[in-house]
Amino acid sequence: MRDPVLTFTSNGIFCPAGGFYIDPWGRVDRALITHGHSDHARPGHARYLCTEAAAPVIRHRLGDIVLETIAYGEQRRIGDALVSFHPAGHVPGSAQIRVEVSGEIAVVSGDYKTTPDGLCEPFEPVRCHSFVSESTFGLPVFRWRPQAEVAAEIDAWWRDCAAQGVTPLLAAYSFGKAQRLMAMLDPSIGPILTHGAVENTNAVLRAQGLALPQTIQVTPDTKIADHRGALVLAPPSALGTPWARRFGAVSGGFASGWMMLRGIRRRRAVDRGFVVSDHADWDGLNEAIRETGAERVYVTHGYTEIFTRWLNTQGYDAQVVRTEFRGEAGEEDTA
Amino acid sequence: MKRFARLFAAIDATTRTSVKVAALAAYFADAPDNDRLWTVALFSGRRPRRAVTATRLREWAAERAGLPVWLVEESHPVVGDLAETIALVLPPPERDEDRSLSHWIDVLRDVAKAPEEARKTAVLAAWSAMDTPRRFLFNKLITGSFRVGVSRKLMTRALAQATARDEAELAHRLMGDWTPDNVTWHSLIEAEDPTADASRPYPFCLAHPLEAAPDTLGAPGGWLAEWKWDGIRGQLILRDGAWHLWSRGEELISDAFPEFARAADFLPPGTVIDGEVLAWEGEQPLPFAALQKRIGRKSVPKSVLQQAPAMLYAYDLLEWQGEDIRARPMAERRSILDSLLENLSTDAPIRRSPLLRFETWDDLAAQRATARDRRSEGLMLKQAASPYHAGRRRGDWWKWKLDPFTIDAVMIYAQSGSGRRANLFTDFTFAVWNGNDLVPFTKAYSGLSDEEFAEITRWVSRHTRQRFGPVRQVTPTHVFEIAFEGIQASSRHKSGVALRFPRMARWRKDKPVQEANTLDDLKAMLAAYG
Ligand SMILES: [Zn+2]
Ligand SMILES: [Zn+2]
Repeated sequence: MRDPVLTFTSNGIFCPAGGFYIDPWGRVDRALITHGHSDHARPGHARYLCTEAAAPVIRHRLGDIVLETIAYGEQRRIGDALVSFHPAGHVPGSAQIRVEVSGEIAVVSGDYKTTPDGLCEPFEPVRCHSFVSESTFGLPVFRWRPQAEVAAEIDAWWRDCAAQGVTPLLAAYSFGKAQRLMAMLDPSIGPILTHGAVENTNAVLRAQGLALPQTIQVTPDTKIADHRGALVLAPPSALGTPWARRFGAVSGGFASGWMMLRGIRRRRAVDRGFVVSDHADWDGLNEAIRETGAERVYVTHGYTEIFTRWLNTQGYDAQVVRTEFRGEAGEEDTA
Repeated sequence: MKRFARLFAAIDATTRTSVKVAALAAYFADAPDNDRLWTVALFSGRRPRRAVTATRLREWAAERAGLPVWLVEESHPVVGDLAETIALVLPPPERDEDRSLSHWIDVLRDVAKAPEEARKTAVLAAWSAMDTPRRFLFNKLITGSFRVGVSRKLMTRALAQATARDEAELAHRLMGDWTPDNVTWHSLIEAEDPTADASRPYPFCLAHPLEAAPDTLGAPGGWLAEWKWDGIRGQLILRDGAWHLWSRGEELISDAFPEFARAADFLPPGTVIDGEVLAWEGEQPLPFAALQKRIGRKSVPKSVLQQAPAMLYAYDLLEWQGEDIRARPMAERRSILDSLLENLSTDAPIRRSPLLRFETWDDLAAQRATARDRRSEGLMLKQAASPYHAGRRRGDWWKWKLDPFTIDAVMIYAQSGSGRRANLFTDFTFAVWNGNDLVPFTKAYSGLSDEEFAEITRWVSRHTRQRFGPVRQVTPTHVFEIAFEGIQASSRHKSGVALRFPRMARWRKDKPVQEANTLDDLKAMLAAYG
């Protein structure tokens, strides 16, 4: 029997034929990175490889690292493995990583969503024998409505706040979700003010040529009265802090896939929860897995046990892959 | 039901009471009569009975969604609520029918009476006509589990705003055993004579716990003090030759306490007394457990009547000679009550709750210290000049309870919470040592901060030994101080004891597991206070 293309080690996913890891933790010599979120791109590795589009954010976050880039679809030989990166539709620059070793193909999905969001490179299904899939929302209770409907819902809230003289403060993860929201909302309603964490990422993405709508960074001198009808975009950690107090009467919103669940909406104690996720929903996961044509599915990152059991009833040879502890539902802001 | 779903969403989305009240008032101002009547009923806990079991609903939903039942079951603890789980797994609706809330309540009450096949057809048809928020509410109603984060008091306030009627008068109108079947919006809210129903109780006046020292209440001379007993808060109504006993939960509990029929032999009609219903032995109250046999009874066996006869421990008079005297000062109501009960025969099922004599707060504190030996929970303090308020109002009535019992116990099982806490472990089972074994003796759900729940959740996730459905067995590591109000013998529990109101008082991170309390410690408490 041949060695598998990928093995699962205490440092994460490893390719013995190529001598590299994918989204590893710990300290490794060679790390292939699917995208810039902190649970995938960690500091401390000797060498990094990611897509050209993902590189600026990863550099911005990890500082002075040895980083090589690769174009989407470009093939590169590493050891005895042939490697290529393909759009994952999750955030700008995000990739699935395809690894081929003597005709046997494995794909590591990283985080992905199958529906286009108008901002990042749309998801591309990649045929393979083994597929390593995330399962953040791998339960049939998670099903997203079309983006346009949710955008209309957020726009209506924004208009409503503007009419009442209240500031809508929308919390969203500062890389990916924030920019997607900026791009999907109706710019005619008013200006978009941003928290520094969001604006820093905006600057990095604009510098690499991404067309983002105009934004105004909140500074210590910002007076909300000067920006009538503005919406404020901030990372979730800024909610309820002194920073947020400068906006006077606010209506708090939170944009995340977890807002699907009433219990989590209520725990967040925001005025409005909007279901906007950069991960695939139940149907998206199932469809993506079907389109890979894979026989073996390794499930990570989410409701692994339940989703694995489901895939086994659907005729796949599925198993759980343990990743580093990440906590229960709702703790991850990137969702 | 769209209007009702919007109301529910508005209330559910906010923690601000002013926003909740405004949403309700707007709804009451323009919803159709039947819908607003049902809304008042639902918001005051008058739910329709469960029409379908959870098991059936899960099966039908799984079938409709093309999913195995186990997958719906596994999703339930993640979502934290079955009604919501089902609403979410169902495929999108086939059509959008906006029928009224009362229409759907009629449907589900018909479902309750229908044979199984017809039930299924009706429920599937309802699901395919509604979006997720309405399905959720429909499922809540059909499983008899509808609840909402609005107190009766807030609802009454909203009703007062919407109808321009007095809030206290509305509170009184909403008391009693009405249902939407035997009243109309008009007869309940608007009709002229609110006391038409002779059985209607008054809203109970509720006390706040006294956290500070009593001298913060001012001079002791302005206060009345009495023992606080752990029984069933009750209102005994004698009007027009009939009698009624109401619990604080606004349940008519006359059937469970037939001994109060005799009250009419000793007291005149037009009398309403507020007090504590206690099981009685000789001239002493029995522990609360003795009343447990009565709860929910439609008739009471002779043996129970003999072993644990009930007594009303009277402490306030709300109606006298047919007149509502709640606005008069406490001291005056009390003196009328005293004169009424002064020479009452000991055959009457009523005792006067004696007022305690005290000159100083220290005096009173010394008496309070003896409460446990009298099987009392502590003291009640009432401002002598205060009226009888409707509901919980800070300042005039205080409960000055004894400090709770405490025991240090080891956490051995964890289960995730529901609703707001669906993604946290909040329900724990605790054990004490019996030799080298840990014997479970209680569950507790509350008492930790959100941060502590988050911390223990992370810990449980990493230290699960075994799963039994939603329950996780964890490595015994953490000691918690469990506080509780009472202890009694129980054959249903492995430990042989049952606690009253257990909660987590403190996470004893300083204590190693070996130093948790023992079963013998619990048994000693049982012997002393059970
Ligand atoms: Zn991500
Ligand atoms: Zn991730």
